[in-house]
Amino acid sequence: MPLFWLRVALALYGVGLVYALASFWGGRQVLTRITMPAVGLGMTFHFVSLIENAMLSHVLAPSSMHEMESLLAFLLMAFFFVIYARYHATSPGLAVFPLVFLLTASAALGTTPADQSMPLFVSAQWVYVHVALILVGYSALVFSFIASIFYLIQERNLKRKTTGGFWSRLPALAVMDDIGYKSLIWGFPFMTLGLISGAILAEARFGSRYFADPKILLSILVWLVYMVLLYTRWSAGWRGRRAAYLATFAFAVAMVAWAANNLSHTHRFIAP
Amino acid sequence: MNFHVIGVNHNSAPLDVRERLAVPEARLPEAIQQLVQQPGVEEGLVLSTCNRVEVLTSTSQSADLRAFLRSYFGVSPEAIQSHLYEFQERDAVRHVFRVASSLDSMVVGEPQILGQVKEAYAVARGLGAVHSALEALLSRAFAVAKRVRTETAIGSSSVSIASVAVQLAEKIFGSLEGKTVYLVGAGKMAELAARHLIGHGAQKIIISNRTHERAVQLAEAFGGEAIPFDRLHETAGSADIILTSTGANEPIFRKEHGEKLLRGRRNRPVFFIDIAVPRNVAPEVNKLDGLFVYDVDDLQSIAGSNSTERRKEAERAEQIIETEVTRFAARMKSLAVVPTILSLQEYCETIRQAEIDRVRGKLGHITPEQEAAIEAVTRGIINKLLHTPITTLKSSAAHPEAATIEEMVRRLFNLNNGKPKS
Repeated sequence: MPLFWLRVALALYGVGLVYALASFWGGRQVLTRITMPAVGLGMTFHFVSLIENAMLSHVLAPSSMHEMESLLAFLLMAFFFVIYARYHATSPGLAVFPLVFLLTASAALGTTPADQSMPLFVSAQWVYVHVALILVGYSALVFSFIASIFYLIQERNLKRKTTGGFWSRLPALAVMDDIGYKSLIWGFPFMTLGLISGAILAEARFGSRYFADPKILLSILVWLVYMVLLYTRWSAGWRGRRAAYLATFAFAVAMVAWAANNLSHTHRFIAP
Repeated sequence: MNFHVIGVNHNSAPLDVRERLAVPEARLPEAIQQLVQQPGVEEGLVLSTCNRVEVLTSTSQSADLRAFLRSYFGVSPEAIQSHLYEFQERDAVRHVFRVASSLDSMVVGEPQILGQVKEAYAVARGLGAVHSALEALLSRAFAVAKRVRTETAIGSSSVSIASVAVQLAEKIFGSLEGKTVYLVGAGKMAELAARHLIGHGAQKIIISNRTHERAVQLAEAFGGEAIPFDRLHETAGSADIILTSTGANEPIFRKEHGEKLLRGRRNRPVFFIDIAVPRNVAPEVNKLDGLFVYDVDDLQSIAGSNSTERRKEAERAEQIIETEVTRFAARMKSLAVVPTILSLQEYCETIRQAEIDRVRGKLGHITPEQEAAIEAVTRGIINKLLHTPITTLKSSAAHPEAATIEEMVRRLFNLNNGKPKS
């Protein structure tokens, strides 16, 4: 995996990381001005790196854990900019920038085992579509989670009537509720299609026994929780604190599912 | 004469230092008496509140107020040195004006400080420790404080409470665009707050009041809707912001109302602004998910922490104080030439009387008419002669050359020998 452009992107994401960390100590005006252009440029180089990688390997699929991380980081950044354009809220960056930096750093600096390509039993394009769809779903969950955490902090401050300090710069409750909700709405179809495509791919490769795999089961659980989240919002009018708790739970389940790669027999990035 | 202030306040010193210097009310007279016995101190006043301890004096020569602090409080000077501030003359005047106007307060604009200054003044005056220059300074300070209070909105809690309410509403809803405000109780404060909310984009106003006519009146003024008071709870669900200000003794909105409200609104949040005392919204309503209740104390404490509105008003207040300081300084200076003018007049009057007495023997018998004519002529001459020197003294009083001119007049008329003690 050629890493030059990814490392350039990493350096630029570093500005975002510094911004996020500095914000906790009162924030620097200068940083605020340079951060958005820096991470925007970083995202551009990141994109170049993804394209270059895809062209060089002649395979469109992200076939290693590191490439997955790189793609996820890119999607998170893209999500961040979509939200920034819609709500003019930079505060999700406080959580997103460090996360993106870590993912990109792992992808750009991590050592890669000699043969870690995913065994491509089926059409590479289809695998790529599957992974991309799932990752968009995950990104949406990440944002829903960040918005929920911020919501809970802001809500607690409002209830306790402590309005000053660092957290007072968070967006309004309604905005965070909206970000959390919209992320789910937009992420859900991707997650669903991702799972369906995965199921089709696995069916073709393994037949019906793939169902017994922990990764698969957990992924289905994530999807179910996702469903419940949306359902409670639609029908029961859940919002605010309860919705935020549920979104946090959904994120935790998703993390477990993500980590379950290591337990899985049929869904590993490193050839068995 | 010279004004001289030394002290500590909430900005300069931590609480434990202020506590060490605080003078309990019972010991205030004793402190003042010791203060005016200091060499050079002519008048003195001690102000001790929970946020400040200050010693204000008028001195004839330079006086060492730090020495007083040392001897009276028995604190080592090094320990408090870095926490002390000291002002003289014009700066001291400005400081006194700022303190009295509540610009130097922790919560800028809070009204208590003026009362505290007035009390300190009354105590010192009762002891005869405040009589001439400090008297003038303090009575001016009270007038300035009043002027600041009436000409700026610095002390007006209604403005700050309304703006805090808007701030909080924006934290909850993002923007007030399209939001519905329900006024429960239609008093002046409610009207003011509603105006503020509308100014920030609130779209619809619903008003319910025990006296329905008043609600109708206000609804007409705002283009809103008046609802009879007994239908309050069934209609409250349509409001995003509920502003309560009734004189009810029991809370109007209790937990069960809140729960019902949330059900009806599918958990969309409601912001309760409760400016009534006693409260119209029970505190446990705030515990319900999605309901946010702020009472008058909550709003006030947030208002204290620097709303922009207040800062703007504080700036205007500082300008008022600056012009008042200049005016006061000019007046003090013009007061300074008064003794010279008096002795000049006295000097001329003595000469006139002496001359009339001297000439009266030579004239023999004179009629009362003639007597009056002599009186008028001599008086006229003197008044005309003195007119220019006196007006010059007065008009130059505020200028730097005043002292020179005054000294010149004293020398020319040899006033220094018979100078009355000032």
